Amino acid sequence: MKVIDVKKLAKDYGDFKAVKGVDFSIEQGEIFGFLGPNGAGKTTTINMLTGLAKPTAGSITISGLDGVKNIKKVQGIIGIVPDESNLYEEMSGYDNLVFCASLYGMEKGKRESRAKELLEQFNLADTGDRPFKAYSKGMKRKLTIAAGIIHEPEILFLDEPTTGIDVESARQIRKLIKDLNAKGTTIFLTTHYIEDAERLCHRIGFIVGGKVIKVSKVTDLMIESQKENIIEFVIDGALPDLKEALLQNFPNLTIKEIANHSVRIGSNEKVNLMPFMKFFDANGITISEAKIIRPSLEEVFVKVTGIEIEKLKKEKEGRKK
Amino acid sequence: MKNYIAFWSILMKDMKNYYLKPPNISWGIIFPISWTLMFFMKSQSDVDIRGILPGVMALSVLFGTTSMLAVTITFERKSRSFERLLLAPISLNLLMLAKTTGAIVFGIINAFIPVFFASLMVDLSGINWASAFISVVLIAVTSTFLGLFIAVSVSEVFEAQTFSNFFRFPMMFLCGLFIPIENLPVFVRPLSYILPLTYGTDVLKGSINETGMIAPWLSFAVLIGFALVLFIVSTRNIKKKWIY
Repeated sequence: MKVIDVKKLAKDYGDFKAVKGVDFSIEQGEIFGFLGPNGAGKTTTINMLTGLAKPTAGSITISGLDGVKNIKKVQGIIGIVPDESNLYEEMSGYDNLVFCASLYGMEKGKRESRAKELLEQFNLADTGDRPFKAYSKGMKRKLTIAAGIIHEPEILFLDEPTTGIDVESARQIRKLIKDLNAKGTTIFLTTHYIEDAERLCHRIGFIVGGKVIKVSKVTDLMIESQKENIIEFVIDGALPDLKEALLQNFPNLTIKEIANHSVRIGSNEKVNLMPFMKFFDANGITISEAKIIRPSLEEVFVKVTGIEIEKLKKEKEGRKK
Repeated sequence: MKNYIAFWSILMKDMKNYYLKPPNISWGIIFPISWTLMFFMKSQSDVDIRGILPGVMALSVLFGTTSMLAVTITFERKSRSFERLLLAPISLNLLMLAKTTGAIVFGIINAFIPVFFASLMVDLSGINWASAFISVVLIAVTSTFLGLFIAVSVSEVFEAQTFSNFFRFPMMFLCGLFIPIENLPVFVRPLSYILPLTYGTDVLKGSINETGMIAPWLSFAVLIGFALVLFIVSTRNIKKKWIY
């Protein structure tokens, strides 16, 4: 069942077209990743979906409601975690959560117990009485996510959830996202961290220059991008002319990479492992591991968007600063 | 959706975070004392406390509400916490009423601090308290919505203060507080009548000293009109400027 259905959605700022008529839909219970470089239109799209920006054209349907005309009803069933924490600096973590719950009309007793429950769940119970401004970046991020789910929304919008935080906090946040999804929350995630998208998302939409250029399941993207079958053998032992010997015995293969303890071979057809086992055995080389190498999402991203990863990495560094 | 819960929480949050902070409480006390001293120095003799009371009350409300609201909204907008309120499932009108109610209450309290001080020094009998209270409430509402209009028009806190003065100082000199309107040059007088404080001050003068020039019902109607126009224009500007 579609919980978000976007058709021909566009946003212009004067002459600048930030989003150029995008179409996509998100199924219930899905983690949908929206991937693209800075300025691609990710945040503008999320702002239109959540009611912080008005579309110039197109339609948004969220849980059967018109996301433009009935935005206030929609806001009651969605949770939003912006790219920068926007809680009240002077208020404690606990007070921030209780306040956010009240914005959704939750009664005093219920919002207090929910705030305590979330502080426990997010490992912030010991620091709940500290002012928000005294929190570390990772803690701020976690509390902002907790504030976004205080009213148990059906759909959660997460804008760059792990940007600019330490590795451990990022790992905890990824786990929280998975746990939320396991409980049935549909998640719309924008990121330019390809690793996050690969680890978390069921499907991914690529947006570049305000246009969605591809929407696909992560597994399908990998298969589509796989031009040939690549197998890596982890070996113990050496042969001076291993490359030549391999090509002589298997002329239809390509040798992708050869190192001290590994060999990567490529083939356009399915690879039978037995002849390789025999070959290595006959040459006194032990195989400790043989694995299929699939393309990474990073490679898929480069192929689909034409944007070099180095450029993305520079953007990441820029955002961290 | 229980809107009253959201309304009350926003109001209480603002009261705790902004209006009940010690610097703001002291502002409410220092401001009327400063004005009274200023009048005292100007007259170089005994001050007609009761005579200056309407002006001090009106200015306390005007400066208190416009300063606070322009700063708090601009500050929340800068820190992006205002975005959280815009994303809540409550109407923009209710949200802005919740945000402004704190300033209105702050303004009303500010107005009665000089009354308290005056009551220690002079006889305040014969004042039409009902009319005085209504006029204070209406001045507070109008000034607060003027503060809202200013806050929506700027993006920085210092701009809010500068822009506030653009409205406050001409109002101070043209609304009949220092110079009676009939003593102003003829070509300036029409300006006085397009300023809301003129009507607020006049009805306060009438309630306290029976020296009002305009019919109270007309002053009340004009103040309500100003308040409505400022609120509608401000919320329309928010929709236009902040919900991109």
